Amino acid sequence: MLTVRNLSTTVLKPATFRLETGECVAVQGKSGSGKSVLLRALADLDPSTGEVRLNGALREEVPAPLWRRRVTYVAAESGWWEDRVGAHFARPDRAAALAGALGLPGEVMDWPVARLSTGERQRLALVRALVQGPEVLLLDEPTGPLDAEATERVEALLRAELARGAGVLIVTHSPEQAVRLARRHLHVADGVVTEG
Amino acid sequence: MLVTLHYADLAMAALLLLVNGGLSTALALGLARPLLVAALRMVVQLSLVGLVLTRLFALESPWLTLGAALVMLLFAGQETMARQERRLAGWWSYGIGTGAMGAAAGIVLLLGLSTAVRPDPWWDARYAIPMLGMVLGNAMSGVGLALHTLTATAARERAAIEAQLALGCTRWTALRPILRHALRTALMPTINSMAAMGVVALPGMMTGQILSGVDPGEAVKYQILIMFLISGATGLGVLAASLATVRRLSDRRHRLRLDRLVRRRQA
Repeated sequence: MLTVRNLSTTVLKPATFRLETGECVAVQGKSGSGKSVLLRALADLDPSTGEVRLNGALREEVPAPLWRRRVTYVAAESGWWEDRVGAHFARPDRAAALAGALGLPGEVMDWPVARLSTGERQRLALVRALVQGPEVLLLDEPTGPLDAEATERVEALLRAELARGAGVLIVTHSPEQAVRLARRHLHVADGVVTEG
Repeated sequence: MLVTLHYADLAMAALLLLVNGGLSTALALGLARPLLVAALRMVVQLSLVGLVLTRLFALESPWLTLGAALVMLLFAGQETMARQERRLAGWWSYGIGTGAMGAAAGIVLLLGLSTAVRPDPWWDARYAIPMLGMVLGNAMSGVGLALHTLTATAARERAAIEAQLALGCTRWTALRPILRHALRTALMPTINSMAAMGVVALPGMMTGQILSGVDPGEAVKYQILIMFLISGATGLGVLAASLATVRRLSDRRHRLRLDRLVRRRQA
């Protein structure tokens, strides 16, 4: 569904790979190797050259906001711009259900953002992206700050997304997680992306 | 009518500054030097302006008046840049600040000179230059404050702005909170000064007119006019400069472009 040819930025060397419908690909590599850069370039959050297509449609031919609704990047450090948690969600009712599935209390939507822990923020940032029903998810260490139980819940939710037909590109520092979720892997070292 | 000031009178008043400097030295505040430098600058700059204005009024040339206005504008642009911790790289920062102030002050001043004050000729430097000075001075503070707030907040709130962009918001939606914050911050001093005027502060221009023998009622009318011109120019200039900066801080693909900012070199 997502085809990438010679994608490059000032940091990233030309990268070529594919992501199929319902497929999860793990992105691994040392800190600072360019994993986030790759994901950001795919979401068109940083200027990049090369060809990126979603189901045949060229990135440049889709308006950027629409492209990002389809190919959604969830950063490792989540950002919040309103005081109340619920104000960040397009559909708070659906968001509350998804948050529940991730082990968050039902009233979390009424909390102030300042009350959230890092792990809660990370899960809610994922929910925020999921309620919009993206076709491709670009996840930057989605379970980095989470304990084992929460990680399991996140992975279960991601499996449901894959079953729905979403493509997932996940940056992870955990080899176990990479094996659990993905059959294919991308390695990033010094901006060079290799498959294997 | 007007009590003429002699240089000896000025020297007396300057003693106050020496007292301040002495206090600073005694308390080790480190303010004596900047205080002295600023005072010297003030004296030299004002003396020069006095000479220039005397010549300008005597020559009655529209081109020289325009030239003086341009020089003031360029200095104002320089000042707005100097206050920013982070600013747009290249000529953008200077260009946006100066352009917005020039357009706003120009429109407002032409309006004031052609409708309310109507000197003859309309560009008479005796009216145009002091009015431009007041309008530009305030627009300069406002624009400087707006651009400083915008660039600093954009850098600080990067995660929040990019989170919105990543969810498919347009650049205008994602940057609206910081735009609103910058506009409020920049216009607050103007609003405050209008609200406090006459009760707390007796504005310098009005006081000056009254001291030189103008009827207070007439001086008040002038002051009200000037305040309207000032707030009009500040509002227009701040809005234009802020919108242009938001545009430059993002691009057509709705990306946040903090790479277009440079940090001020540490002195």
